[in-house]
Amino acid sequence: MAVKDYIRERFFPHIWCPGCGHGTIMGSMIRAIENLGIKKSDIVVISGIGCSSRICGYLDFHTLHTIHGRALAFATGVKLSRPELTVIVPMGDGDAFAIGGNHLIHSARRNIDVTAIIMNNNIYGMTGGQYSPSTRYGDLATTAPYGNIDQPFDFVKLALGAGASFVARTTTYHATSMIKILEKAITHKGFSVVDVLSQCPTYFGRKNKFASPVDMLKYYKSQTTPIGSEAKEKNPDLIERGIFAQEERPEYCVEYDKIIEKASQRKVTNGKV
Amino acid sequence: MTSKENKKPVINIEWCKGCGICVEFCPEDALVLNEMEKSKLVYPEKCNGCGMCELRCPDLAIELR
Amino acid sequence: MKKDIRFVQGNEAVVEAAMYADLDFFAGYPITPSTEIAELLAYRLPKKGGKFIQMEDELSSMCTIIGASLTGKKVMTATSGPGFSLKQEAIGFAVMTETPCVIVNVQRGGPSTGLPTSGSQGDVMQARWGTHGEHAIIALTASNNQDVFAITVDAFNLSETFRTPVILLLDEVVAHTRERLIMPKPGELNVVKRLRTSVPKGTDYHPYLPREDGRLPMSDFGGVHRYNVTGLAHDMWGFPSNNPKIVYGLMRHLVDKIQGHTKEVTRIKEFFIDDAEYLLISYGSSARTALHVVENRRARGERLGLLELQTLWPFPVDVVQERCASANCVMVVEMNMGQIFYEVKKAVADPQKVFLANQIDGSFITPTDILNILRIIQGKGA
Repeated sequence: MAVKDYIRERFFPHIWCPGCGHGTIMGSMIRAIENLGIKKSDIVVISGIGCSSRICGYLDFHTLHTIHGRALAFATGVKLSRPELTVIVPMGDGDAFAIGGNHLIHSARRNIDVTAIIMNNNIYGMTGGQYSPSTRYGDLATTAPYGNIDQPFDFVKLALGAGASFVARTTTYHATSMIKILEKAITHKGFSVVDVLSQCPTYFGRKNKFASPVDMLKYYKSQTTPIGSEAKEKNPDLIERGIFAQEERPEYCVEYDKIIEKASQRKVTNGKV
Repeated sequence: MTSKENKKPVINIEWCKGCGICVEFCPEDALVLNEMEKSKLVYPEKCNGCGMCELRCPDLAIELR
Repeated sequence: MKKDIRFVQGNEAVVEAAMYADLDFFAGYPITPSTEIAELLAYRLPKKGGKFIQMEDELSSMCTIIGASLTGKKVMTATSGPGFSLKQEAIGFAVMTETPCVIVNVQRGGPSTGLPTSGSQGDVMQARWGTHGEHAIIALTASNNQDVFAITVDAFNLSETFRTPVILLLDEVVAHTRERLIMPKPGELNVVKRLRTSVPKGTDYHPYLPREDGRLPMSDFGGVHRYNVTGLAHDMWGFPSNNPKIVYGLMRHLVDKIQGHTKEVTRIKEFFIDDAEYLLISYGSSARTALHVVENRRARGERLGLLELQTLWPFPVDVVQERCASANCVMVVEMNMGQIFYEVKKAVADPQKVFLANQIDGSFITPTDILNILRIIQGKGA
């Protein structure tokens, strides 16, 4: 099947600004799903609120466009009641790590088999360019006119610390490896977090001296490096990308099936008694 | 069935928003933004069918055929 | 056939009723005085292949059950005041997306941490207007185990019938009072099943297009129909729209589908009303005290009557108006500073005859609290 078979074509061209990375992430998501051969009716995409979350309307899956920060809580309900479904949760950086942070760390702690894709553009785009938990110290935003004094999270370290069993980082420049990483994240039986650096030329770019989307992708190309590379040793400021964790750990729905077996003394698979 | 090499990007100009990413990062400089700010395969003979333009296009506006 | 009689707490009656109504999925968070509901369901649900999860807070619990409901499950969450406040935005999402779910709010003294172990009925208006924006809601209550059982099953039935969240407003007194419960036999109480679409695969399914009878057949996530669910104003396919015509149609639908069926949703109990000179209107645990006063005074020949409301929202204006017409005076009995009191005042032709007998200090409202007001009304002084 082609990419076109996975989208709701009648809503294109999509809402995202020229050069916004979110469309690239959507494309990579589709290609990863296509490569994995997962049936469209077995996929539920659940997003929160923000530019990133409008992805739901464009994808021809079961789509649930929830409320800001709470996508993972909705996803927990969908996955736990129908573990056989593939649940993918694209969110913005604020959506996932600001208002949604509590749900993210608990989803990680539970290791529920859901794939969280952080469409990380270091800004709140939909509301016009405010700084977010990943905006770096000194960056400019409409709510940091004198320069951001917040220290950003390292989403990878935070996800690892919370217990996520699959953690990766990539960028919209590295589209080929993003597809591979998303394939692994989706097939991973446990909580997956993929931090995708995604350019916001309209707000973050303009406010922080990036003349164009192209410049932002050049930045991703030059300022990121594979995990543990020599370049990283020479220049610790480089952002590492790749797969930071990929461990098999008890998955929440599988564990709950065991509870059902214990409670009902009957064999259970995928939550079906 | 066209083999990988002679598959060429076909651009959907309704969806292309002229962001220039495909043009900039095409390894063979086969694409150019035309006067309508739409991406155009001006030098098809240069294109090596790598498909990076298709994968990086934020608007799903490029398909190799 | 021998009756199955239990001696249980109100919270247990809620659990028994939820299982009777084929509950599949519960998400909750510990909070006095509703925690027993979570504890019991953690034990009971997996026995029948159902699922229980304790989430990180009440807010996520509400979101989780909506997710579960969309996959075709009957769902419930339970909390008290502080948790009920946290759930409001998500309840609004369930209203906007017309997702069936039951939210039990075992009220306690408020505001804030208030009186965690005391009964109160201070969340009645929050049940109506807690979430932002214009909307309609169904909120039910009951005053004793037997009624709590029936009204809980009703809550599930109404949430499925109208595809809406239903709030079960109990309070600490009813929740923690241990009393008799006669377990209805399977089939004795009607249980409404989830109405699923018959539209075959490949045909266009409209998740938000009511049938002629007003019902809105659903399609489970994971089923053959792929559609969008969003909290944004949307068209009948579930896709975002801010077209004024569509928005008007949506808003009218969301409100009329409930307010337009108030009669169908109204649940009341009447005691000695026909010739009542003094009509008491009460609900929940307060109705137990009110009934005591009415029976006590009736025994002495005083013409008191009680109208016990089990449906608070949509407020049964016609029923209240009609029952109050012949009474000389009406006393609303509730444990707050007057919430249903003002609804009754608005409903009756002569509001000056409506009085409030209430209790706000955390102790359970007593017959004396009511009789003191009755004395004043009867001109006997305090």
